[in-house]
Order: sequence, then C-alpha cells, then structure tokens
Amino acid sequence: MTKKEDEFQAKIDRDIKIEPKDWMPDAYRKTLVRQISQHAHSEIVGMLPEGNWITRAPSLRRKVALLAKVQDEAGHGLYLYSAVETLGTDREQTIDDMHSGKAKYSSIFNYPTLSWADMGAVGWLVDGAAIVNQVALQRTSYGPYSRAMVKICKEESFHQRQGYELLIHMCNGTKEQKEMAQDALNRFWWPSLMMFGPSDKDSPNTVQSMAWKVKRYTNDDLRQQFIDMTVPQANFLGLTIPDPDLKLNKETGHYEFGEIDWDEFFNVVNGNGPCNKERVSARANSKKNGLWVIEAANAYAEKQRIKKKVA
Amino acid sequence: MTNGNWPLWEVFIRSRQGLNHKHVGSLRASDEEMAIENARDVYTRRSEGISIWVVLSSNVHASNPTEKGPMFDPAEDKVYRHPTFYDIPDEIGHM
Ligand SMILES: [Fe+2]
Ligand SMILES: [Fe+2]
Repeated sequence: MTKKEDEFQAKIDRDIKIEPKDWMPDAYRKTLVRQISQHAHSEIVGMLPEGNWITRAPSLRRKVALLAKVQDEAGHGLYLYSAVETLGTDREQTIDDMHSGKAKYSSIFNYPTLSWADMGAVGWLVDGAAIVNQVALQRTSYGPYSRAMVKICKEESFHQRQGYELLIHMCNGTKEQKEMAQDALNRFWWPSLMMFGPSDKDSPNTVQSMAWKVKRYTNDDLRQQFIDMTVPQANFLGLTIPDPDLKLNKETGHYEFGEIDWDEFFNVVNGNGPCNKERVSARANSKKNGLWVIEAANAYAEKQRIKKKVA
Repeated sequence: MTNGNWPLWEVFIRSRQGLNHKHVGSLRASDEEMAIENARDVYTRRSEGISIWVVLSSNVHASNPTEKGPMFDPAEDKVYRHPTFYDIPDEIGHM
C-alpha cells in the first residue's frame, strides 16, 4: 500500500467520512459509482410497478398514500444521483448507462404487479428489505452517500407501514381479498430475499467493500435480519410464507430457511425477468420524449438572462 | 448542454426553529426560479423548512481538504478562547 492508501484506510478505520474532494483509491471510487448509481436507478425504476396502480387505487386514502410514496421514490433517486455526481461522473451519462443495460438496478422491479394486494406486498416486503439495507448504509464511509441514506430512511418508514396496513385490511376482508394477499406474498417473498444480493460465498467484492466500510454488513447477514423481522409480521396477518423449510432455530433465535433459486436471480439480473424490457424501455422513452422540455427550459432561461442584462 | 443537463444548484433550507440556512443537498434546474420550486418539492415535502436559498454549485468556493492541518490546527491550542479556561469562584454562580 502507498502512503496515501494507508492514510485513506486509517481514516476509514477511525470512522472519519470520506468527502468528495478527499483523495481516494480509484477502485473505491469505482465501487461507489457502481453501488450508488445502481441504488439510484432502483429508486427510479421502482416507481413503475407502483405507478401502475395509482389510477386504480380503491379509495382516496390509498391513492394519496401511494402517490406520496411514489413521489418520495423520485426524491430518493435524485438524492442518490446527486451523490454519484460528487464522484465526478456525468449525471446524464449515469442515467444512459442504465438505459443501455451497462448499469443494473434491483432485480425486484422486474416482476409485475398483478393485483392491488401487490401494493401491500411491495410496501411491506420490498420497502421493508430496502429499509434493512438502507439503515445499515447510514454508516457507510462516503459522506454524501451516508447523508442521502439518513434522509431516505426518515422518509422510508411510512412506505412500509402503508403497505402493511393495506394488507391488514385485505386479510380481514373477504375470502377473496385474503387469497389475493396470500398470492401477492407467494410471488414477492423469494424475489424480496434476493434483493440482498448473492450469498456471501458468491459475492467476491464483499470483503473489500466491508474493509472500506462501503458495506457495513454482508448480504447474508442482512437477509437473515429481514427474515427474522418479517416472519412474525406474516403470522400476524395470518398468511403463510411460501417456504416449507422455514423454521425457528430455538438455539440461535434465527429462522432457518430454504434454498434460494439463484438461477432465477441471475436470469433476472441478466435481463430475462418478466418485465426487464418493459422497465428499461419505459425509462429510456421517458428521457427521449422529455428532452425537448429540458432544451426549452434552457432556451427560456438564456432569454431571461439576456433580458436582465439589457434592462 | 447536450444530453439534457441543467446547471447544478446547492440547496439551503431554514427550518421553522432553525436559526440559519443549512445545506440539504443539490438539484438541477434551468434557472433560479425553477431551482427554488424544485427544492420545495424535493426537500420540504414534510414541512422541513420555511425559507430556501439556492446557489449555483459553480459559485461555491471551498477550503482545500489537503490543507486541513495548516487551516484549522491553529485554533486547537487556543484554550483561552473558551469560557472554561477562566476560574470563577462557585459563590458567584453562573457567569
Ligand atoms: Fe426509496
Ligand atoms: Fe420506499
């Protein structure tokens, strides 16, 4: 290690945040750009499966909640794109990398939202899993990322609560409503567990990311934490988690669970999930069709500047 | 300005109880008016503030992080700038 690298690692070991203009190893910068941009893309693509149901929300109460949640996700995307930008990348290039398939987003958003109960399952499970991940990342070593996480976590908790509340109502409703809730859990349970990424033994970057404190816990640790939190919540709803191997280990206090279908995970990550094409093209078209607005606003601003100068 | 970039702005918000504007983040907007409107939508959705400043990021000048030592160390050994440096008898009470 060079002297600069030593000093850098010493700062991290003492929990001193790394700030944009501080010296950092290239690999640290690259890891951050990949991780934060992937996170930003997930917030933005994540608006699509829920946006799908806004016009069909069954009551005004549910509609304002869903609208507010989706609007929050747009904000989260913005905080994170701003954080990536502090690493010296071009924001629009970052966005284009997702449209071209070069950059990834969370594979969970490549699953369709088929019924209203899915809005409950998404809030409860998908936001729930995101919260577990994001709470841990509040202590990440890069200052702008850490601050974005603190802000996001503050806004996030209502997302999970509105989803869970919605499911409580459905589970106390008609037989058909409860079946819809169970069906949503059946479809979202395993993909939610996959949100934490591959298991530690297949995650070669984890060791370095932990040493840099870019990550504070391993994928498997966070996944276990999520499962332990969520099983009692499913029990309260009277729903069955679709895993015959799930059982509490009384000695460890943790739930043991069945094998995750990693073939499915990598298949979806590599672009072959049910909605990958639809999601990416929705984002790419939205940018393409909105470019004229950006240009028009620039032209207007330029005119105003000239007018002010003359006056 | 190809590929749809607007200039970058830094956003400062003063909260209801806040005494000064605090940096909360940044955003892109074509002009100051849009920057303030967007800042309201992004950074004050839960009544976080009652006043917004926006500043073009290119107008922010910062101290150099590699010169932290010479810049800030001189204040460290000047304990006499703090009230606790001075001995006041207990019977005087709070001063
Ligand atoms: Fe979010
Ligand atoms: Fe959320």
